[in-house]
Amino acid sequence: MGLLFSGADWDFQTLDAINRSCEDIALGEFGLQIYPNQIEVITSEQMLDAYSSNGLPLMYHHWSFGKRFARDEAAYRRGHQGLAYEIVINSSPCISYIMEENTATLQTLVIAHACFGHNHFFRNNYLFRQWTDAEAILGYLAYAKTYVMECEERHGLAAVERILDAAHALRHQGIHRYPKRRWRLADEAQRMMARREHAEASYDPLLSTVPGYLTPQSVPEVRKQMERETRARLRLPEENLLYFCEKHSPRLAAWERELIRIVRLLAQYFYPQMQTKVANEGCATFCHYEILTRLHETGQISDGALLEFLHLHSSVIMQPDLSDERFGGWNPYALGFAIMRDIQRVCLKPDGEDRDWYPAIAGNGDPWGTLRDIWANYRDEGLIRQFMGPKVMRAFRMVHLADRMAEPSYRVSEIHDEAGFRRVASLLADQYEPANIAPLIEVSDVDLFGNRSLKLVNDCFRGSRLDADLAKKTLLHAQTLWGYRVCLQERDADNGRVLADYASS
Amino acid sequence: MVIVDRRSNPQGKSLDNRERFLERVREDVRKAVSDTIARRRISELESGEEVKVRVDGTEEASFSSNGEGEHDYVLPGPGTLNRGDRIKKPKGGGAGGSGRRAGRGSGEDPFEFTLTRQEFLNYFLDELELPRLLRTSLAQDRMSRPRRAGFAITGQPSALDVRRTMRNSLARRIALGRPNATVMDALHASEAAAAATGDDEAAVIARDALAQARRRMARIPYVDPVDVRYARHVRQPQPATEAAMFCLMDVSGSMTEHMKDLAKRFFMLLHLFLSRRYERVHVVFIRHTEKAAEVDEDTFFRSRETGGTMVSSALDVMLKVQQDRFPRERFNLYVAQASDGDNDSADRARVSHLMQARILPVVRYFAYVETGSDRSAFPHGASRRKTELWDTYEAFAGVADTAHLAMRRLNDGAGVWAVLADLFAKSGRAVA
Repeated sequence: MGLLFSGADWDFQTLDAINRSCEDIALGEFGLQIYPNQIEVITSEQMLDAYSSNGLPLMYHHWSFGKRFARDEAAYRRGHQGLAYEIVINSSPCISYIMEENTATLQTLVIAHACFGHNHFFRNNYLFRQWTDAEAILGYLAYAKTYVMECEERHGLAAVERILDAAHALRHQGIHRYPKRRWRLADEAQRMMARREHAEASYDPLLSTVPGYLTPQSVPEVRKQMERETRARLRLPEENLLYFCEKHSPRLAAWERELIRIVRLLAQYFYPQMQTKVANEGCATFCHYEILTRLHETGQISDGALLEFLHLHSSVIMQPDLSDERFGGWNPYALGFAIMRDIQRVCLKPDGEDRDWYPAIAGNGDPWGTLRDIWANYRDEGLIRQFMGPKVMRAFRMVHLADRMAEPSYRVSEIHDEAGFRRVASLLADQYEPANIAPLIEVSDVDLFGNRSLKLVNDCFRGSRLDADLAKKTLLHAQTLWGYRVCLQERDADNGRVLADYASS
Repeated sequence: MVIVDRRSNPQGKSLDNRERFLERVREDVRKAVSDTIARRRISELESGEEVKVRVDGTEEASFSSNGEGEHDYVLPGPGTLNRGDRIKKPKGGGAGGSGRRAGRGSGEDPFEFTLTRQEFLNYFLDELELPRLLRTSLAQDRMSRPRRAGFAITGQPSALDVRRTMRNSLARRIALGRPNATVMDALHASEAAAAATGDDEAAVIARDALAQARRRMARIPYVDPVDVRYARHVRQPQPATEAAMFCLMDVSGSMTEHMKDLAKRFFMLLHLFLSRRYERVHVVFIRHTEKAAEVDEDTFFRSRETGGTMVSSALDVMLKVQQDRFPRERFNLYVAQASDGDNDSADRARVSHLMQARILPVVRYFAYVETGSDRSAFPHGASRRKTELWDTYEAFAGVADTAHLAMRRLNDGAGVWAVLADLFAKSGRAVA
């Protein structure tokens, strides 16, 4: 087969040829399943644009996106920060943005990485299948943008910004962590129309003057009963604060609820990405590595291009260790790629240690089948817990540092040796457990018959506490949405002891 | 597979968000802009380098951990660590293993970003309003243009509206039954026909009918004065879109380079400001010692002369130039005068008279800036020795008709902006 390109230059035919060759290898030889691809060539300025809106091609207007743009642009212009080679969107068709500055080799890498690696992961991983609706996300974004714009026209910029600011602040508390039912984003716009029509049809000026059903009761038993029923109706406790405000806030207008819903659904859309950084990047990096290797083997890219690729690849998977001043935590590309490579090796050429660790897959001779199964059914936490073997831990010379409150320094308590492997893997997996990443805050009670205040509870594990200053400010946002006082109680998760009380007013 | 070239898509997709963001950090931006003005050379204002804005007021709060408590980090090690080893905790947070930013206290780090030139100028001029502009531009019928305003029954022949006139005439002719050409032709024809047949009776009838029609035609005019309509015009005042700015400066020996530099900065700012408000701004430079002359810009700022000081000479030249080239009907006139305040005391009465009787009534605004030396210990506006010119002006400043005379003292470069903003503050008029 002839070379796809020579030198650094490329044009649209080159991209097309590259894509076709990659497709033959990825789908034909490796058995990947993907959404149809859409490749969009953009400039660096457009890349900055895409950065500021979480990589989404359309986004409603908000000042915080402008701020992110200003900051990224300043960092980029001063050379503090490079730009990504690509951005890929979990949608169908799967949109990949690639930069015009990239060389032909880099474009090949990017196409193999995003259009096949990430695309396969989006399409097959259970979290994405459960939580996101790839077919509808672009339509939903367009709907959200128009809706926000309409609200701005009808109710004014300040009123819309007030709600969006507050909803953004509680974004991380706006996620359903456990599936309740399948969401279909495509129905959202229709559902909104239907609700509006119903409200207009059933509007009754007389009924609306009748005092509400929540008449305070003088009999304590009746009141108790009512409170019990209310709690049951509100399905307390509720972990999704935005959902709760959207559904039950006594003060919000319908359009304000819809704005909260938009922010909430978009936060939910990104929820799987947060939990699958290592697995997703590992999958994509492994795919680009294998695809480009095959392209070279079949004579479609030159030796020079292969060397350029290897140089790029090795800087992508660079992982400084913690004594290095460049160290900034784990590089998900490096960790993910190492795990995938190790699994491939275990499948093909296992040694005794591997047979002990992975009796089920060692030597099964089907690395791609095994990996496809892992990519479909695991998130980071499970991937690390079950598939990070001793060779990976040794390669990174992993250590476990214990940070204890009473001690002025970290203590090395486990290292990558026979005695420590299991515990190191399990502790690293814990690190990727979503519950350990963000504070767990839930709605515990509402005083619907008194001052209508909302009670939140944060269960603190192992002495971790909320930042008091930020917590107070965030509570003010919560009050905006709820309409009345919001209190937050920090409790020790082990013994239920109250550690702190915050209130919005 | 689809490949789309998005490079030619409209740029500036995030401009809208940027505007919202700037609005959010308005205070920070304003501060940065005024700092820049204090620091920067005036000539660089419109073209110069970027304005950096440091932002700290845009925290996006959310619930997050303060970094306390027990944590376990599994990290890539250097390979030399063993169980029981100790590692110093890094300042300002955990090891970052899980990506959390511990101990971030009051939120995120402030950052700097850059304003575009356009944004900078908008902020720069945002606070200023041309004095007396609203009050005088429409109220005084200085410049007006005729505008059609319906019809009138009187007017100049040149304004005759033929269409309207003929319409009235036609209506009247039909109403009064004036026979038209077709009717007359028909009558002539029937008379001729009757005569040809030799039918006497019919010929008489036809002749009578024709005679009656002729009489009727003579009695009812084709166009009656009552039909005539003229186009009516009213004169509508138009705000003048051109401005003339007179820069008056004392260049006698007592003005140091520093003072001239201050004056120059003030003039440049004023020019920038005026050019934003008017389509065209003409600048006239007049310098004076005991004699005054109109000069070009370079001469105005560069060369230096010696001699006494006669402010009235400059005022004379200014008035002459104004009358020759800038009639007040067409131009908004502004005067900015910079001086160290020296003047021949014999000149006082004349200056006072020129100002009150001739200059102040025609100009929109007269800004007098008294430049002090950089060694002066007085902050601007603080009282120091009253100069001759200051004293002269002060005598009639603030009186109703001369309220658009403003006076300020200026000691250093940083104060230029403050003085300009003060002079042209949106609300209220500056009176020293």
